[in-house]
Amino acid sequence: MATMRYREALNQALREELARDERVFLMGEDIGVFQGAYKVTAGLLDEFGERRVRDTPISENTIVGMGVGAAMLGLRPVVELMTINFSLLAFDQIVNHAAHIHYMFGGQARVPLVVRMPQGAGHQLGPTHSHSWEALYLHVPGLLVAVPSTPADAKGLLKAAIRDENPVIFIEHEYLYGQRGEVPDDEDHVTPFGQAAIRREGADVTIVGISRMAVTAQHAAEQLADHHDVDAEVIDPRTLRPLDLDTILESVRKTSRCVIVEEGWPHGGVGANLAALIQEQAFDFLDAPITRVTGADVPMPYARNLEQIAFPHEPQVVEAALATLRHL
Amino acid sequence: MVEHPLPGTEAAREWLATMLLIRRFEERAGEQYARAKIGGFLHLAIGEEATIVGAVRALRDTDHLIGTYRTHGHALARGSDPGAVMAELFGREDGLCRGRGGSMHMFDAERRFHGGYGIVGGNLPIAAGMALASDYRGDGDVTLCQFGDGATNQGTFGETMNLAALWHLPIVFMVTNNRFGMGTSLERHSAVTDLQKKGEGFGVPGMECDGMDVLDTFHVTSQALRIAREERRPILVEALTYRFRGHSAADPEEYRTREEVAEWRERDPIATFGARLEAEGVVSAQERADLDAAAVARVEEAIAFADASPAPDPASLYDDVYVLGGELRGWYSVDERGAGVRRGEEIA
Repeated sequence: MATMRYREALNQALREELARDERVFLMGEDIGVFQGAYKVTAGLLDEFGERRVRDTPISENTIVGMGVGAAMLGLRPVVELMTINFSLLAFDQIVNHAAHIHYMFGGQARVPLVVRMPQGAGHQLGPTHSHSWEALYLHVPGLLVAVPSTPADAKGLLKAAIRDENPVIFIEHEYLYGQRGEVPDDEDHVTPFGQAAIRREGADVTIVGISRMAVTAQHAAEQLADHHDVDAEVIDPRTLRPLDLDTILESVRKTSRCVIVEEGWPHGGVGANLAALIQEQAFDFLDAPITRVTGADVPMPYARNLEQIAFPHEPQVVEAALATLRHL
Repeated sequence: MVEHPLPGTEAAREWLATMLLIRRFEERAGEQYARAKIGGFLHLAIGEEATIVGAVRALRDTDHLIGTYRTHGHALARGSDPGAVMAELFGREDGLCRGRGGSMHMFDAERRFHGGYGIVGGNLPIAAGMALASDYRGDGDVTLCQFGDGATNQGTFGETMNLAALWHLPIVFMVTNNRFGMGTSLERHSAVTDLQKKGEGFGVPGMECDGMDVLDTFHVTSQALRIAREERRPILVEALTYRFRGHSAADPEEYRTREEVAEWRERDPIATFGARLEAEGVVSAQERADLDAAAVARVEEAIAFADASPAPDPASLYDDVYVLGGELRGWYSVDERGAGVRRGEEIA
């Protein structure tokens, strides 16, 4: 085990996969000479050269589409979009093309493409630069969606994504880039998709946290234990497609209560979807309504005080968990 | 206009036969659509056969071809089985794409015909990615990316031209200028109507061919492919052509006059090429008629094949949403038809 930052773990995954498989190459805006807007690709241009690490013009739809075409011919492109906000410019290539090609051509073509991009609020970047959109991509059959919250998962899931035969939407988080954690040294450390992590075991309430909110959920669980004598179980699904619903259901059957925490908007969100699935599969086990803690249903404001109340923090999660326990 | 020499006898006959096959296929597909054997939209390429065959015959077998939503003819020219193309239109299991794609989404991996795309301009970046793969591997293959005049107004047009030129990709862009983006005429949809010039500002020079002349289309496309292959300079070829039928089978054609259509029909690419072959003694009148009869019969067989092919099994609804392999975990899909779910292990 080595301790490193989330961005360093991603960098290591890219370096190892570039070295391991000649078919892997990187494309994106300012990933080479500039070393990445968030320095995830630092050093890779020097090490692997311009053929494997390609700076692109600002043309999101086309660079994702080129990734689709290159993947269809057997390469393993990893496209970096500078932030998830810009992925809307590539939405046509991601949804109409990357996600549908295998199906609509009757299985004749494959798109082993990874689109990496960070999301998240908290840096006073205003409405167009603060989105959290895992729900948008979760919606689309044909895509795999990863939302790693720790350095170890960032590395393990990215390696799994690059080795997978399907198009993967790989959602990083701007806040998490600087966070440290232990990461296995093994070059074949791969975190399989569809396997949730139980971050904290507990008996009283299940808290499911998505992306950065998995971290927020853990902090909230510590406060619940320290100040409220509540023993919360915290689950980080790690991937939303495929979704390890079985682990979540098992936890809910044990605790009978569930809080889902996400940074994105409430309508049509991950929590809305998950709440529907849980009530369909485990209705009889629930002792309280499933509760969601989400980003506010507004475009992200710039002003620091407004921004801070527009996405979830620990106190709201604590309050939501306590509210489920008031139902008997 | 340059009058190009004919190719060898066998090739000349084969080109005529393929153009006839496309014509008869499209005519019969139109009839099947009217009889509700075919659903959705049906975009026919009647009138554009020379553009299709001239361009496709300029390709090597290993080159890559990618088109738009009007590509039944491209599939046929590339050698796809007419029965499989018709079965795809019928939405049957033996269709090229097992009835998952339909008219707008043909695909034949074996023949390196990579679709068939329903989104105008959507295939351009994908084509550039294929050319990038060829460049990356150094395999010497070129990608021919065909699209319509309407696509030159999409953002992907400029973005892809720029990247193709910037990265010296082995790609030829072919704009099939049939003078209409759906019902909007070229003059009403593009400020620059000399479409071959629209790539110049992005570093992609243009060439023009007479898309009603299979020979001219072949020669110009061949030249562009050579430049892309040997000099690594992408080229935009504009093929001037005309579709004799509406945009889709459901088009009342109120945006153009009968006289205009009649004028273009005078230049019917099959009639003119056939007449030249006959005049130069490559085929007799009887042989021309025989080639046509063979095309009619081939399409008849295709319809019978499509009719006999079963509709896809309802149990196959979830096939090929994902490539599944190795260790499967988690829920990939939610099955709306019942309380069941689609776990990886269940859909493998």
